[in-house]
Amino acid sequence: MEKKGKSPLVCRLAGDTGLIVEFGEGIDPVVNARVRAVAAAVKTRPPQGVIEIIPTYRSLLLIYDPLTTLPEKLIRFIEQADSGLGDEDAGPFRRVDIPVCYGGEFGPDMDTVAKTAGLGIEEVIQRHSAPDYLIYMVGFTPGFPFLGGLDEKLFTPRLKTPRMAVPQGSVGIANNQTGIYPITSPGGWQIIGRTPLTLFAPHRENPFLYQAGDRIRFIPISPEEYTAIKEKEDRS
Amino acid sequence: MTALRIISPGGYTTIQDRGRFGFQHVGIPVSGVLDAFAFTLANFLVGNPDNTPVMEITVMGPSLEIGKEMDMALTGAQMGISVNGVLMEQWASIRVKPGDLVSIGQVRTGCRAYLAFSGGIRVPEIMGSFSTYTGGKIGGFKGRPLQKEDLLETGDASLLIRPRALPPSLVPVYSSEPVIRAIPGPQADYFDTGLNTLFQCEYTVTVKADRMGYRLQGQPIPIKKGMPKSIVSEPSMPGGIQIPADEQPIILLVEQTVGGYAKIATVISSDLPLVAQTTPGDTLRFEAVDLATAHGVILEHKNRINAIKQRIEAL
Repeated sequence: MEKKGKSPLVCRLAGDTGLIVEFGEGIDPVVNARVRAVAAAVKTRPPQGVIEIIPTYRSLLLIYDPLTTLPEKLIRFIEQADSGLGDEDAGPFRRVDIPVCYGGEFGPDMDTVAKTAGLGIEEVIQRHSAPDYLIYMVGFTPGFPFLGGLDEKLFTPRLKTPRMAVPQGSVGIANNQTGIYPITSPGGWQIIGRTPLTLFAPHRENPFLYQAGDRIRFIPISPEEYTAIKEKEDRS
Repeated sequence: MTALRIISPGGYTTIQDRGRFGFQHVGIPVSGVLDAFAFTLANFLVGNPDNTPVMEITVMGPSLEIGKEMDMALTGAQMGISVNGVLMEQWASIRVKPGDLVSIGQVRTGCRAYLAFSGGIRVPEIMGSFSTYTGGKIGGFKGRPLQKEDLLETGDASLLIRPRALPPSLVPVYSSEPVIRAIPGPQADYFDTGLNTLFQCEYTVTVKADRMGYRLQGQPIPIKKGMPKSIVSEPSMPGGIQIPADEQPIILLVEQTVGGYAKIATVISSDLPLVAQTTPGDTLRFEAVDLATAHGVILEHKNRINAIKQRIEAL
């Protein structure tokens, strides 16, 4: 029986080897938990022919080998997995502290964000570092977390012209989202600070510090603390 | 002596294999070769297993000094290859010896060529693949395209007992105006007249065409009235035809993971090489096909490659 409040699944073909299964509309922590619960279940006992399972805000992308399986089979499998699960099955999550040096040379758009919000810089920092943010999804570049839970006062539109290179570790805001650039890449988010942590280290035993479903908290640090942590990170 | 010394790197030359699977959920795109057929044949012609790393060469070929006796084969785009100034065949094995100078020219038809060496190019395996992902600075040779004076090693392998060559009648001809088959969706419902436009009009490849995606130019494809201009960000598949705010399509390729624009259709995987073998100024037309047709083509291609391998071995 359908669990109360669960919306029906919407399936979309993404070419001849991809299937998108949508669990709801928009950006919603309950829908996202359902996505992660099903992803976890599928990963525990993957059906034959599934090459990748990618959870997103509100959908799963399944990449499959069409010579081994077909979308109809996968849809039935997902429906079965979904019907037996609740949000609590999304699995355990970790809380990860990310030290951030706000403003100054590390946060070139801090003034824009403060002005848009009508707040002082100190209050922007206080409000940005207050919540436990949910990692809805990781993507765009290796380890880029799409975070939900930003204080409404801090909503700021993207830059009109994206930058060609946003430095590694930059913390930014785009409308109702906040996130971190793990590698230097082009980007249009408003940059308010930078973390000295290495968020993507391909040769480290675990290349990433977090995954979708984990919670992130930003801890404000001084430029001196930034330098000290950065030196330690670069040595390891 | 190292197996290969890069005298000049060519237009854009990277080390690739089939791709890096299983890490898109953490933002690592699949990367890998864009023309799987040419890649598979390059390895087969030098006696390598299927998924051995090769050089993917774009538009302009490199020059190399050979430091070891090896078999070598160049497939894909027609660029011309010479050893010590003597013109050689593409789609055929070439025996090279220490001191040989290999020179690959400018593209004549197609866009990307594949250069395989017996034993494969030896680079560290990162997250299950040898493919270069330049955006993340990982894989291949130091996570970047090859540069002048790079020194590369190849694996140990026995040389071919008989030379191998693809019969000329089986060499693919890369069109500068290919018809590309695509399956509507994942967001075909965001469009009405746009679907007709996509499948009826001709689109030109712009200069913004690389391993991330091919930007096209032609009749604008508007989103249906009342639909939002963007979608909740979701992962993209290679071949996805994304329609951004300027209403000009972009075919997404292998160095993308997440996008927030609606995708009107997705190029079938078997036709991605045809896209990747076009260059700026070439024109594309799209033909709508259904899923069963696309799966039939995948099976047909697989059988065809197996038949070709058997035929070459029997020669």
